[in-house]
Amino acid sequence: MHSLFEMPFREVMDTFSQWVIPVVMLLIVVWAALKRVPMYESFVTGAKEGFDVAVMIIPYLVAMLFVIKVFMASGFFDDLKTAVVWVMGHMGLGAYTETLDVLPLALIRPLSGSGAQGVLNDIYSTHGPDSFIGLMASTMMGSTETTFYVITVYFGAVQVKKMRHTLPACLIADAAGIIAAVVLAYILFA
Amino acid sequence: MLNKIWCALLILGIGYGFAKAVYRSVTGPSPSRTVLDQEADSGKEEGVPDEKTRADQAKIERNPFLAMGKSLTDTSVQAAESAVAICIGLIGIMALWLGMLNVAKDAGLVDALARALRPAVRWLFPDVPDGHPAQGAMLMNISANMLGLGNAATPLGLKAMRELQTLNPTKETATNAMATFLAINTSSVTLIPMTIIGYRVANQSDNPVEPLAGILMATIVSTTVAILAVRFLARWRIFAMPQGLPQSPPIQTRSSTDRAEKQEP
Repeated sequence: MHSLFEMPFREVMDTFSQWVIPVVMLLIVVWAALKRVPMYESFVTGAKEGFDVAVMIIPYLVAMLFVIKVFMASGFFDDLKTAVVWVMGHMGLGAYTETLDVLPLALIRPLSGSGAQGVLNDIYSTHGPDSFIGLMASTMMGSTETTFYVITVYFGAVQVKKMRHTLPACLIADAAGIIAAVVLAYILFA
Repeated sequence: MLNKIWCALLILGIGYGFAKAVYRSVTGPSPSRTVLDQEADSGKEEGVPDEKTRADQAKIERNPFLAMGKSLTDTSVQAAESAVAICIGLIGIMALWLGMLNVAKDAGLVDALARALRPAVRWLFPDVPDGHPAQGAMLMNISANMLGLGNAATPLGLKAMRELQTLNPTKETATNAMATFLAINTSSVTLIPMTIIGYRVANQSDNPVEPLAGILMATIVSTTVAILAVRFLARWRIFAMPQGLPQSPPIQTRSSTDRAEKQEP
């Protein structure tokens, strides 16, 4: 056990983020008490809606998760990486092929959260979390989201089926985040 | 768009799996890693593999067609089950956070937050009238995301989507506000990316917080690009709202509601 002032930075951050939720809850309840809100009734009314939303998402998520998982199971991604490494080797870019280990992460990231986590763990165990590749992968992972999952769940909750420009805009943003992660990794960690 | 991607993923997945199985049965048996892993997993669950399962495994290793077919079938069933499990798992956290949000809303806290950040929200979501509950819900979701509170962010985000849906004249088609909200959401503005720090700690990193500055800068880039992209793409004709409906129906309501509010007393 160490005192609050001797904690390493990461532990301070962790402690801080663990306290955010209780503090927010306390703030809400104290404020509501001051305003004389009938809290219990209000809470239950809101909570009821949570159940409906969670159940409503099911068909959308089944549809999306199922095709993504089948696509992954075919082994397409692994073979794509092998092919790209081969092509780059023949183009005389063999020196950069190590960086290609982050390519599967960039491709899987928008599709599958657990898939991306698996790839990230692979990268950490082959290169180490503090290596250049490990830091680049961390930056990439931290600056992007599981876009398909988020879009499916959010639009599923309101039964919207035509998404118009949402998906292309989100994918462009993902691509920008991934490119930014690679560039920033070369600037900050190389 | 999503129709095409969905269809393409399924055809590519099954088609590629088939082609790979053909290739393997020509070049000789070399079972894929994924199949072996899955077999190992299922073996672990069932305890000690008896003679029958061992015979099955040998058969799978000999026959790449059987292996790929089994892998694709098992995966689709498992994916469907895990999707339901995710949604059921969401019920508790959804109820908790939407309950808390309702208390905060009744206490006037959400409105206070919305009022404080009104200029930014007005610029980002010009179609959402001032004082609409969607503003507060979206802000709560974005704040939860910034603090890295993924668990709290999802329920608040879904609540925001439902509020945005009340402003939607088409019901099955996304509005500009929804697209903007999701673009900001998926580009993930994170101040404290706790999950990444967690992974790095779990992998014995010497300095788990080293990539934080990089992550912050990369998210700023991706969020900026997201906002620009969503604005730009909304003008394309292929992404227009259907049936000749006005591009952003409630956009006039800001001035009209202002007027209405003034007339009300």
